Amino acid sequence: MTQAVLDRPTGQERSFVRVQEIIQECGASESALIPILQRIQDEYRYLPEEILSYVATVLDISPATVCGVATFYAQFSLVPKGKHVVRVCDGTACHVRDNRALIESVRKRLKITGKQITSDDNMYTLEIVNCIGACALAPAVVVDEQVHGQMTGEKILKLFNQIDAKDKEAEK
Amino acid sequence: MSSPVIQIKSPEELAALRTKAHAALDGDSVRIVVCGGTGCSSNGSKDVFAALQAAVAERNIPVRVDLLDEEGMQNLSMAFSGCSGFCEVGPIVRILPENYFYVRVKAEDAAEIIDKTILANETIERLMYKDRHTGQPYARRNEIPFYANQVNVVLTECGLIDPGDIREYIGHDGYKALADSLYNRPPEAVVEEITKSGLRGRGGAGFSTGLKWSLTAKVPGEKKYVVCNADEGDPGAFMDRSVLEGNPHAVLEGMILAGYAIGADEGYVYCRAEYPLAVQRMRIAIKQAEEANLLGDNILGTAFSFHIKIKEGAGAFVCGEETALIASIEGMRGMPRPKPPFPAQSGLWGKPTCVNNVETLANVTQILLKGADWFRQYGIPKSTGTKVFALTGDVVNTGLIEVQMGTTLKDVVFTVGGGIRGDKEFKTVQIGGPSGGCLTKDHLDLPLDYDSLRSVGAMVGSGGLVVMDEETCMVEVARFFMNFTQQESCGKCVLCREGTKRMLEILEKIVAGNGTVDDIGDLEEVAEAVRDGSLCGLGKTAPNPVLSTLKYYRNEYLAHVVDHVCPAGQCANFKTYSIIAEKCKGCRLCARKCPVGAIEGEVKQPHVIDAAKCIKCGACLDACRMQAVVVE
Ligand SMILES: Cc1cc2nc3c(=O)[nH]c(=O)nc-3n(C[C@H](O)[C@H](O)[C@H](O)COP(=O)(O)O)c2cc1C
Ligand code: FES
Repeated sequence: MTQAVLDRPTGQERSFVRVQEIIQECGASESALIPILQRIQDEYRYLPEEILSYVATVLDISPATVCGVATFYAQFSLVPKGKHVVRVCDGTACHVRDNRALIESVRKRLKITGKQITSDDNMYTLEIVNCIGACALAPAVVVDEQVHGQMTGEKILKLFNQIDAKDKEAEK
Repeated sequence: MSSPVIQIKSPEELAALRTKAHAALDGDSVRIVVCGGTGCSSNGSKDVFAALQAAVAERNIPVRVDLLDEEGMQNLSMAFSGCSGFCEVGPIVRILPENYFYVRVKAEDAAEIIDKTILANETIERLMYKDRHTGQPYARRNEIPFYANQVNVVLTECGLIDPGDIREYIGHDGYKALADSLYNRPPEAVVEEITKSGLRGRGGAGFSTGLKWSLTAKVPGEKKYVVCNADEGDPGAFMDRSVLEGNPHAVLEGMILAGYAIGADEGYVYCRAEYPLAVQRMRIAIKQAEEANLLGDNILGTAFSFHIKIKEGAGAFVCGEETALIASIEGMRGMPRPKPPFPAQSGLWGKPTCVNNVETLANVTQILLKGADWFRQYGIPKSTGTKVFALTGDVVNTGLIEVQMGTTLKDVVFTVGGGIRGDKEFKTVQIGGPSGGCLTKDHLDLPLDYDSLRSVGAMVGSGGLVVMDEETCMVEVARFFMNFTQQESCGKCVLCREGTKRMLEILEKIVAGNGTVDDIGDLEEVAEAVRDGSLCGLGKTAPNPVLSTLKYYRNEYLAHVVDHVCPAGQCANFKTYSIIAEKCKGCRLCARKCPVGAIEGEVKQPHVIDAAKCIKCGACLDACRMQAVVVE
């Protein structure tokens, strides 16, 4: 699904057919704005600006309202995310079980520095999040919606290698 | 697992199904329950379940395929349940009726479990939970100290039933309270029973549920709403998640009962986006309840109709606050608004709305099933019933626990929790998350209930209990929480928006070693202003971690600013790491572990740490086998 969307032309030529479908499924009302944006993000891995304007027009609300909602919630991203999203929990339970070294290993492995969160090859996005509800297995990490508990720097590097290998396999 | 579509048209039909399902669940058959909670699943419990199924099939053991399969009545049955609570030792396999309890089970253990325990009724010591000190093994679940000291009201069915099969819930008296209420109890009597039970909201503030319901019921209006608050944003808490995943129908039944009591015909479950499994289980449960005529139009053949929809949150802590949550359901930015008017008067789309927490609603179902008097036998007069806590941090047994209100902190941490990890000293418990406070050694005999906790400047909150050992720096703890609330402040009111920023700056300054005595005074002043002047609960409670650490650990703040030391040895800026050349054998273990490449040296030659690169994470200290790394 996602790959097909990314291969579509960008900018002006982008097809709004899929967006229209999503709006229809969720209902074209302001109260459905958040579910609509969630579905769009599932599809495109972020919220492209021209799609936000399109949504505003269809729902008959101001683009500022749509943008206001899109920037308020942490789940939404206005820039493209990497192919794999790695969420390292920094909630209380995970913080107490010392996840600093874990976060550093991930940053080092993905070669991301400073405020950067997506690796240069657009393969991975690192998000530091507050609690994913697996606190009893701290420190916890979610990679592509799969929870991994009792994580260590070594375990996560292994995980990255497995994902890379799988990707390579799929390319062939 | 899914169940076939069932339809129930009357209380009599429900009772008939209950009898059948009960007989099936309670029959002589052996039942293997594999925990499918988030914790056990992430540790591979799905593979364990599959391996057990394969082992059973290989041996041609007859299995009951469907719960109500008459022919399979005496056969073995297998279920994949919700969270069993003891996540630390997962994957967990429980075998009924003996209640054998196996921990850390791997797929490879499946054949042995079937051959020995199922076919020969022999237990396997290797898979039993063992006491950390004495090594004593426990064969049965309820003998394990972690469980033996709990009292279950809300969690009874979690980890026992298959949350995907409505008939299993019905077999455990599910929807009986609903049928009884719809047919035999007018709405006022339902409110009356809840009021009598003394139930207080489990979402944080501890407001009387009966009172909230009677207020909402009294407001005139054709259209009213029930909202189930499943936002659970408090980091370090996962009670609501486990209830939703382990027994979703109990929450639905509570919502329908609330709707009946207050005269609402529509409900919303607002669940945080980080809980995809909970959302999925809830969706299935709603669909099953609708098909069974327990939800929707003319429930169980009565005039009462109630519909439930799910809304997924989008990652904002403040949306747990009821007015912000309502704004978010309406599709707007989740910002709180001043109260009054309370949601009971004007809530969702301006209509009277009753907002209740997941655990509150699960309690409602039990109270209406077993009666207010039964409920009141648990807890203490002003805080009745039980509370589910998420016990995490530096404690031996982490997991989900349910104890009577008024249980002492000591019993929770040392009896149920098994004490502190690595035989370190207990230092503090942070209760109630970023809005809560800390409890010290002096509070070990404090009963955990709404009023006792409030009297010492903490709160039950949602029920996150994070245990911390002697190596915890309390200033850093305060900084951690302030960082959280500062990020999550919605920015609507000035005191919270700016005040949390100022407090964070001061705390960062102290932790970095640049604080002064004046900073402590400023911090206190800002904290009090934010507490007194913020618009919503987020701002009002944001200073709590600061104020409570200042109250109980002022010495630690002073040590940072006056003596320039961090007594717990945690604050990185007060530390330097170095390698003692004489002890270093040049094995490169530390260099390989260092996440920032700050350690250099030739193989078999003493290594050195580049202080400029070092982030002081301590990985080298843990890695070194020669005790060559030292911290000062
Ligand atoms: C900042 C903030 C966050 C909150 N988060 C939650 C939450 O995650 N879950 C919850 O049930 N209540 C939360 N509450 C409390 C709700 O506002 C509300 O009091 C509660 O849902 C009422 O349900 P109850 O009476 O059953 O406890 C929060 C309150 C504040 C001020
Ligand atoms: S604190 Fe990390 S999962 Fe809850």
